[in-house]
Amino acid sequence: MKPLEDFLIVDFSQFLSGPSAGLRLADLGARVIKIERRGGGDICRSLYTSDLEMNGASSVFHAINRNKESFAADLHDADDRELVTALLLKADVMIHNFRPGVMERLGFDYASVSAINPGIVYGEISGYGNEGPWKQKPGQDLLLQSLTGLTSLTGNAGSGPVAMGLSIVDMLAGAHLAQGLLACLYQKAMHGNGGLVQVSMLESAFDFQFETITTFLNDGRVLPLRTEKNNANAYLGAPYGIYQTADGHIALAMGSIPVLAELLSCEELIVFKDSAQAFDQRDLIKTILAGHLLTGTTAHWLSRLEPADIWCADVLSWDQLSSHEAFAALNMIQDVQMSDGYSYRTTRCPIRIDGELLTSSVGSPKLGQDNEQIRNEFNQIKTIHEA
Amino acid sequence: MKKPLEELLVLEFCQFLAGPSAGLRLADLGARVIKIERRGTGDACRGLAIKNLFVDDDSLLFHTINRNKSSYEADLKDPDDLSKVKKLIARADIMTHNFRPGIMEKIGLGFEQVSSLNPKIIYGVVSGYGNEGPWSAKPGQDLLVQSVSGLTYLSGSAGDGPVPFGLSVTDILCGNHLAQGLLAALIKRSRTGKGVLVEVSLLESALDLQFEVLTTYLNDGGKLPQRSAAREGAHAYLSAPYGLYQTSDGHIALAMGDLQQIAQAIGADLNGLTAGDAAAFRNRDEIIACLAQRLITGPGQHWLDQLDAAGLWCAPVLDYEQATSNKAYEAADIEQTVLIPGGHSIRTVVCPLRINGEKFKSAIPAPRLGAHNSALNAEFELN
Repeated sequence: MKPLEDFLIVDFSQFLSGPSAGLRLADLGARVIKIERRGGGDICRSLYTSDLEMNGASSVFHAINRNKESFAADLHDADDRELVTALLLKADVMIHNFRPGVMERLGFDYASVSAINPGIVYGEISGYGNEGPWKQKPGQDLLLQSLTGLTSLTGNAGSGPVAMGLSIVDMLAGAHLAQGLLACLYQKAMHGNGGLVQVSMLESAFDFQFETITTFLNDGRVLPLRTEKNNANAYLGAPYGIYQTADGHIALAMGSIPVLAELLSCEELIVFKDSAQAFDQRDLIKTILAGHLLTGTTAHWLSRLEPADIWCADVLSWDQLSSHEAFAALNMIQDVQMSDGYSYRTTRCPIRIDGELLTSSVGSPKLGQDNEQIRNEFNQIKTIHEA
Repeated sequence: MKKPLEELLVLEFCQFLAGPSAGLRLADLGARVIKIERRGTGDACRGLAIKNLFVDDDSLLFHTINRNKSSYEADLKDPDDLSKVKKLIARADIMTHNFRPGIMEKIGLGFEQVSSLNPKIIYGVVSGYGNEGPWSAKPGQDLLVQSVSGLTYLSGSAGDGPVPFGLSVTDILCGNHLAQGLLAALIKRSRTGKGVLVEVSLLESALDLQFEVLTTYLNDGGKLPQRSAAREGAHAYLSAPYGLYQTSDGHIALAMGDLQQIAQAIGADLNGLTAGDAAAFRNRDEIIACLAQRLITGPGQHWLDQLDAAGLWCAPVLDYEQATSNKAYEAADIEQTVLIPGGHSIRTVVCPLRINGEKFKSAIPAPRLGAHNSALNAEFELN
């Protein structure tokens, strides 16, 4: 049995943050119904997110929304509202990521929904919370990276701001929402009560940086300083970084400089004996190390470092990784199929429960594909109630 | 208000970041979290400093990750200590560890062994690369996992070579996944009455982090990511104008948006680059270069005013000082104070979840190694 079997999630959210939480709950066993705008649906189906279209929607939409159903509704239409309300009466969880005020206008805010279903766990993601001067600003990932200082951590000292090349804040906010929902579902399982879970991308972005922001706040507010070259973490000393070799790259994590000097036969580094130098003189050490590592192949350096338990690794592209037997051993890729037979490949849920992979062969839904089925299901319930 | 995980007991055998960050989340949600630490040295993170910063003998990093927890010091190879730990396990709801595969089994604390002490235990395991395959014994360290996962080819620009994310992103994601798995396991246990095994690995978390772009790669004939040749580009898979642009006095971010409107708002000439289907993807680098050329000629606020007025998605790029000293940061209530015995205090970040309108703060500091041995010995009658 999957942990969330028999749970019903009604998900109004679009794009990535909310829907990624819905995907996690679906993989954990819940039934997730996307409530999508009639006509266009989740904006992620079409807008800006990928130049690869697969069976009528962006590749990104297919990645985020597999293992879900779609109910197309006009939330201003009385008939549709009645059905959505019926769904919410039965739901264990509802999710949305509209800007503050929208759900209040539509009448699906927490107060209204919990009035008809007090046991519901209600999750919402905003960009910047429901208060403060930015509350109406678009909660978009790159903007959040920029407004929270995150772009000052990646790249080298002279690079200017460098974004992390994925929608990392969206994904963290989604992960945090999933946690809040699960914590409240646990409480509901024990005591029967519902709850309200609120996450903002702003708070999630700072939580992501909890180590570095805490350092900043307690170290006289000194700004993060990336190394001139080979930077991998503005707050760590040498050798922490990725270095070019004669035929590729090698990653070096924490390690003693004199030990490295010996294993790599790099005499110039032997003088950096004091462990404080690894931080204080990290630019100089990295420059020497970078020059030295260029003179040999990655395999050569790994053959010297790995037997000595130095933390190091080859740097791989997806092609190199996916042809490696370590990747095959993970079983990370699954095939999923849409209702019209179209199938595609994607990753699976990263969590294993009781030794089992949480896989699902259900692909993403066509817009409104489940309207009729859901309508019948709920009309039957209505008929039984009225009889 | 009652927190959702009140009355739950969590034993944390984990070190470093991934496992302990999950423990911190559970603690903030109300659970009682006890770190079981190696006699003499404890969690190796106690000695692992960033910027050489220490507070009260332990690294500031350790304090950040392990606030709101207790510490029980034990030598798991000592039969006496082991039997005390087993008594604690018998009373626990959750235990987590990140030892390399096989170690806990050798000690006698593998999932099956522990299940006989406590058939309702939820047992969480963090590994680097899973329990099988040729990498299972490799060190599970963030930068190394980033490096083998392909993640380093997504940031920066085309000429950069691999660029790692400048935070321990795979550790942090993995900690989040562990917390999700443990919470889901609690729900499962409430229905079955049985213990649950939850396993996560840094590599699987690193791949999940890339699920959108990997799905594109897997269905696009294996085309590798093409970062922008323009250094302003911010995402290998998104079209122009997505990027960070220099202005005459700083930088601004420009997310997705209609290129004609953007060009009009800032008075840029896109030289016909937007003509035809998917031009924003096809001509991404040239369009970004055109916008960059225009934006460097004026101050950031000027451009933001023009772009905002047209409803376009933009923001200033802030450093840590600016990001943590503005009204939006204050309104979000992001900081809290942790009190260290002896009169020190630390400012740190609050749990990002708001439940029933409340944020869960705690002034309880990270524990000194073994600080709670005698209290726990007495409370749980371990002696």
